[in-house]
Amino acid sequence: MVLLVEDDPSVREGLGLALRRQGHDVRAAGTGEEGVERLRESRPDIVVLDIMLPGIDGFETCRRMRMQAEIPIIMLTARGDDFDVVAGLEAGADDYVVKPVEPRVLEARIRAVLRRTVSEPSTVERHGSLLIDRAGLQVLKNDEKVALTPTELKLLLELSRTPGRVLTRQQILEAVWEHDYLGDSRLVDACVQRLRAKIEDVPSEPRYVHTVRGFGYRFGPR
Amino acid sequence: MAAFLLLTLLGAVAAAGASYATARNLLLEDAQDSFMNPLVKDVRDYASRLTVPPAQQDLDDFASYLRGAAVITYEGLRSRGPDMTLVPAEMREALKTSKTVIWQRRTDSAEPVVFVGIPLLRADGSPTGVEVWAWTSLGGPQRAIDSFAKAAWVGVSLVLPLALGLALFTARGVLRPVRRLGAAARALGSGRLDTRVDSRGTDELSDLARTFNSAAEQLEASQAASRRFVADVSHELRTPLTAMNAVTAVLDEDAASLPEDTAVAARLVSAETRKLTRLVNDLMEISRFDEGRNLLELDEWDIGTAVRDSLAARGWSSSVDAVLPSGVMGRVDRRRLDVIVANLVGNALKHGGTGVRVVLSPGVIEVSDNGPGIPVDALPHIFDRFYKADTARSRSEGSGLGLAIAWENARLHGGTIEAANAPTGGAVFTLRLPW
Repeated sequence: MVLLVEDDPSVREGLGLALRRQGHDVRAAGTGEEGVERLRESRPDIVVLDIMLPGIDGFETCRRMRMQAEIPIIMLTARGDDFDVVAGLEAGADDYVVKPVEPRVLEARIRAVLRRTVSEPSTVERHGSLLIDRAGLQVLKNDEKVALTPTELKLLLELSRTPGRVLTRQQILEAVWEHDYLGDSRLVDACVQRLRAKIEDVPSEPRYVHTVRGFGYRFGPR
Repeated sequence: MAAFLLLTLLGAVAAAGASYATARNLLLEDAQDSFMNPLVKDVRDYASRLTVPPAQQDLDDFASYLRGAAVITYEGLRSRGPDMTLVPAEMREALKTSKTVIWQRRTDSAEPVVFVGIPLLRADGSPTGVEVWAWTSLGGPQRAIDSFAKAAWVGVSLVLPLALGLALFTARGVLRPVRRLGAAARALGSGRLDTRVDSRGTDELSDLARTFNSAAEQLEASQAASRRFVADVSHELRTPLTAMNAVTAVLDEDAASLPEDTAVAARLVSAETRKLTRLVNDLMEISRFDEGRNLLELDEWDIGTAVRDSLAARGWSSSVDAVLPSGVMGRVDRRRLDVIVANLVGNALKHGGTGVRVVLSPGVIEVSDNGPGIPVDALPHIFDRFYKADTARSRSEGSGLGLAIAWENARLHGGTIEAANAPTGGAVFTLRLPW
C-alpha cells in the first residue's frame, strides 16, 4: 500500500489514479498532519511525500514519520533545488523525484524501494559486534535489534557482501536504489550518515562503514 | 592627455604674448602723447604772434618759446637747434602739403624715436611754409617694455610647471573617471548588469557616476524581476503539469478503446503535455542558471566512458560514429557533461540527419554532422534561447532551450562551446572544458 501525501487535489487524484493502475493500493492525505495520522492507522509499505505542504512541511512530516516507523519515504520536490534535495535527505527521505514527475519514474522508484525488503537465502554473518541476518532481514548489534529502514538495511547488506572491497557511489546507487547510470550520489552519502548513526559506536569515527575519499565506501570492522 | 598638456602650454604662452603686445602699445602711445600734446598746444598758442614771412630772429624766438625742444623751418631758414638730418625725408615732403600734424615712430635705430611735424596754416587753411619739427627718443618706455616682457616670460616659465601640474591633476580628476565611466558603460552594454563605478566625491562627475549606478541598479532589478517572473511562472505550471502528466499514461493506454476522434484528442493531449513538461523543465533549468543556483559537482571521470554512457542511455550508440579513446580523464560534473553531450548530439541528429560524429581529444569534444550546416547569419545566435535558425520550422521537437542549456553548463565548468560550419559542409560544435 502507498500513502500519498499531497496538498493539491488534482495532483493527488492524478497520481492516485496512475499508482492504482500500476496495481497499488493507494491512501491519500492532504496535509502533513493527516499523513502522520494515516501512517499510524494504515501501516503502508511506502510513503510518497510532497515537500510543499500547508501546515507542517514535508521535511517535518518526514521527520515525524521516521520517528514512528522505519518506512521508506520518497519525496516529491517541486523544485530541482539542491537545497530541497539535501534538506529532504537529511530529514530521512530514501529517494526523491522532481515534479512534474513521470509516472513511470515514480513507479520504478517505488518498485526499487519495495524490492529492498526481499530476503536472500543465506547464513547469518558476524562482523565485529554486528550480526547480519540476510534471510531474516535483521541486524543485531551486541545482540540487540537495530531498527533500520529498508534502504539502510539494503545498503548494509550490499556493503557487507564484500568486506574490505571499495564500492563506488555509482555501484552502490545501482545496487541499492536501482538508479540507471546517472543517479544522485548524495542519496548514498545521506543514507550512509543515517546508517552510521545506527550501527557505529561513534558515527564520526566509523568502525564498519569507511569513507574512501574520491571513490566511495568500504565495509570492514576494524 | 598629451593634447590636454599642449593646450595648457599654448594657453600660458598666448596669455603672456597678448598682455605683452597690449602693454607695449599702451606704453608707447602714452609716451608719444605726453610728448606731442603739450608741443602742439604751445605751437598753437604762439602761432598768432609769428609774422609771416618770418626772419631768422622770429624763428629763433619761436624755438626758444618751445624751450629748444623743436626746430622751426621756413623755406631756406632754420632756427638754431638740433640737426634736421635725422628727420626722414619722406616726412618732410609729406608735411609740405599736409594740413594736419603728422608723426612717425621709427624703430630702425638702436632706440625707437618719434618724429612730429606741425604745419602752420593761414586762416583760410593754406600753408604758410612755416614748419615745426620735433623728435624725441622712446628709449625709456622701450626699456620698461623690455623689462615687462622679461617679467612676462619669467612669469610664463614659473607658471608653466604649475600649469602642467594642474593639467595632470585635472586629467586625473576628469579623464580617468570619464574613461572608467566609458569602460563601465561598455561592460553594462555587454550584459554585465552588476557593473558599478566609484561615485565618491561631490563634483559633476561623481553626480554622473551616481546616475550611472542608479540606472544600472534599475536595469539589474528589472532583469532580476523578469527572471524571477519566468521562474515563478514555471514553478506555478509544475503542479498542474504533475497532475496532467500523471494521467497521460492512462490516456495513451486507453486510447485504443476510445471512439476515433476522442482517441486522437487523447493522444494529442498526452503528447503535448509531455512536450510542455519538457519545456517547463528546461525553463526551470535556465532560471536556475540565471539566478546562479546551479552548482558544480566535480569528480574525476573517464570522459570517453562518460560520453559512451550518455549515448547508450539514449539509444544513440548505433546512429552516432563515436571516436572515444580511453584514458582521457577529467574533472567534470558528470550529470552536466551528460546534459551537454545529449543536447549537442540530439541537435546534430535532429538537423544533421546521418553522419553524426563525436570525437574526443584531451580537453575537447567535437560533435559534427553531415547536415546543411548553420546559416552564417544564424551562427552568432545559435546559443540564444528559443532561437530557431530555420524560421520555416515554427515549432521544433525540443524546447528551443537545449543549446542554451548546453552553453550554460559549459560556462559553469569554465568552458566554452563554439558553433561553426565545417569546410566540407555540416555543422561542428566544439566543446572545450578545462578538465
